[in-house]
Amino acid sequence: MQLKSKKQNAAKRAENRTARWLAAPGLILIGIFTIIPITLALTLGFTNAQLLAPTNPDFTGLNNFKTLLGVSAVTLNAEKNADGSCVKDETGAIAYEPLRPLTRDDSPRKDLRGKSEFKRVFANEEDCSIKVIVAGDPVFWRSLTNTFFFALIVVPVQAGLALILALLVNQRLKGRNFFRTVYFIPTLSSMVVISMLWRFMYQQDGLFNKSIANFFPGYVPIDWLGNPKTAMPAIIVLSIWQAVGYHMIIWLGGLQTIPAELYEAVRMDGANKWDEFRHITIPGLRHTFVFILITITIAALGLFVQINVLTQGGPLDSTSTLVFQSFTRGYQRQEIAYGSAISFVFFILVLVIALIQRSMTKKLDT
Amino acid sequence: MKINIGRIVSYFAAIIFTVIFAFPLVFMVMSSLKPDFNLLQDVGTVRSFLPVGPISFDNYVGVYDRIPLLRFIFNSLLVSTITVVLGLFVNSMLGFALARMEFRGKNIVFAVIISTLILPFEVLAIPLLYLMVKAPWVSFDGGFQITQGIFNNYQVQILPFIANAVSVFLFMQYFKSLPKELDEAALVDGASWFMIYRKIAMPLAGPAIGTVSVLTFLPMWNSYIWPVMTVQDEQFRPIMIGLQYFYVNFSTAWGQIMAYLTILTIPVVILFLSMQRFFVNSIATTGIKG
Repeated sequence: MQLKSKKQNAAKRAENRTARWLAAPGLILIGIFTIIPITLALTLGFTNAQLLAPTNPDFTGLNNFKTLLGVSAVTLNAEKNADGSCVKDETGAIAYEPLRPLTRDDSPRKDLRGKSEFKRVFANEEDCSIKVIVAGDPVFWRSLTNTFFFALIVVPVQAGLALILALLVNQRLKGRNFFRTVYFIPTLSSMVVISMLWRFMYQQDGLFNKSIANFFPGYVPIDWLGNPKTAMPAIIVLSIWQAVGYHMIIWLGGLQTIPAELYEAVRMDGANKWDEFRHITIPGLRHTFVFILITITIAALGLFVQINVLTQGGPLDSTSTLVFQSFTRGYQRQEIAYGSAISFVFFILVLVIALIQRSMTKKLDT
Repeated sequence: MKINIGRIVSYFAAIIFTVIFAFPLVFMVMSSLKPDFNLLQDVGTVRSFLPVGPISFDNYVGVYDRIPLLRFIFNSLLVSTITVVLGLFVNSMLGFALARMEFRGKNIVFAVIISTLILPFEVLAIPLLYLMVKAPWVSFDGGFQITQGIFNNYQVQILPFIANAVSVFLFMQYFKSLPKELDEAALVDGASWFMIYRKIAMPLAGPAIGTVSVLTFLPMWNSYIWPVMTVQDEQFRPIMIGLQYFYVNFSTAWGQIMAYLTILTIPVVILFLSMQRFFVNSIATTGIKG
């Protein structure tokens, strides 16, 4: 008896030892190239690290985050005319007092020092004033809102379109493998390639403008990527076009896990297509749904390559994004600490989404 | 005869989508065969999707003359292949240990793998860049010496991407699906755990190996942000960076750009068509189990 347990212990120890050797290379690499960078992402933001500076970085507390996240509001006033209307400048706009003296380093309003204009909101024509939001880094806030806008459109549209495609090619159509392949190919090609291709299609004498002009002779070509109003929508369209095939395959995988018997059963009960979809397909896809939502959201919040290839954040910061800013500051301007502070914000966003996913999955399982 | 309206609508929709997804790529390939003048003239007409006019491979020759094309292709293939091969070893070993063995600290390791699964590379890129610039490296230059900084070489493009939480996870899932009796029988016969991994588990892991290879190769071939930041030396640059050479005199060389885009796309399309099963598997499995 004792002999046997000794033997078992030896076997256990051998298993333990071998397992560690097998796990070691992967763990060491993950430690160096994932865990350390995560730690750096969470800590470098509190320093003044520069990419190529020979000196060691100093701890600077919350300085980077104060600049990054600092926001204040200020009210600017304009003079009134005798008739009660506001004084206008030569362009016809209301002549508010300038913001600049309030944001200088000697400003009477301490909280405004070093900040600049982010957005003008709430113009009050009656007492000739306007509320202005000023921020330590307005470009960051613009990037954040651009990123959210992108995600807000891309997530539902891409997930929905991918589901439509999946349902379409899940039917017994002739040539459905051909259709699947065609819808999937843009995904294979890198976003860099797709962005370059679409750059040509979007330009003033490009595919879109010339095609539209063929149908509407009076059409004035739009500089899709050069106009602050159309640049982000143009990037949204090409992003969805490139990635939707990938999520179609994920939906298809989900569709195929639904047992065929379930459909037969409800068909026997006289259900129509819509009932089938509502009572079998949708509940059967709920896990796939959560997964797709989460992956598209995280990918959308990481929007970068398209911006880097197509617009460099312009025109007028209208396409700048979170990751693009962290790249610009951290790499191009070599302000690693500031870039890391932006990565920190991105990390928190991803964390929040991961937590949402967990709670959603838990809810579905109970 | 009963005409099924639903099916007609389906075919109609499928064909419309085919046009939407295929035409930009058809346009790309066709444009790569035309001189810039004809290319720009054809834009906006049906001709831009057809191989008409003075068709030639001149643009491809032009690409070859403009950039060190073969060097870039070699670099990309080298970096991608080494990463795939090393990744297969490292990730399968870790996946095997997690799936079939008991060891102290297993729960922590498992938690780390799971929590890094969805972490996008973009979060880590800037801190990782800093780490690479500061990291020590042993180099051989007549004698061994320790230098600071890992950049402008192949290592910086390979090392961070060998171990991959998604690959570990896929291997783990696959090894879990193999019957437990295999190990027990082998242990009774006196096999070591390492033998079980090498002689039993890995030979059975064909589908997982295929899936992980595809899943590693594709992003490596397509990698862009990381080499932009870390590889300035032409000698080590991968193929995607080659596009930057066409930014100069941008509007003049569209035919060549289209040719280069076609060159970049063809290998992955061939890989896809020849390994379609693994592609679909890779996506479907990450989708369902993730």
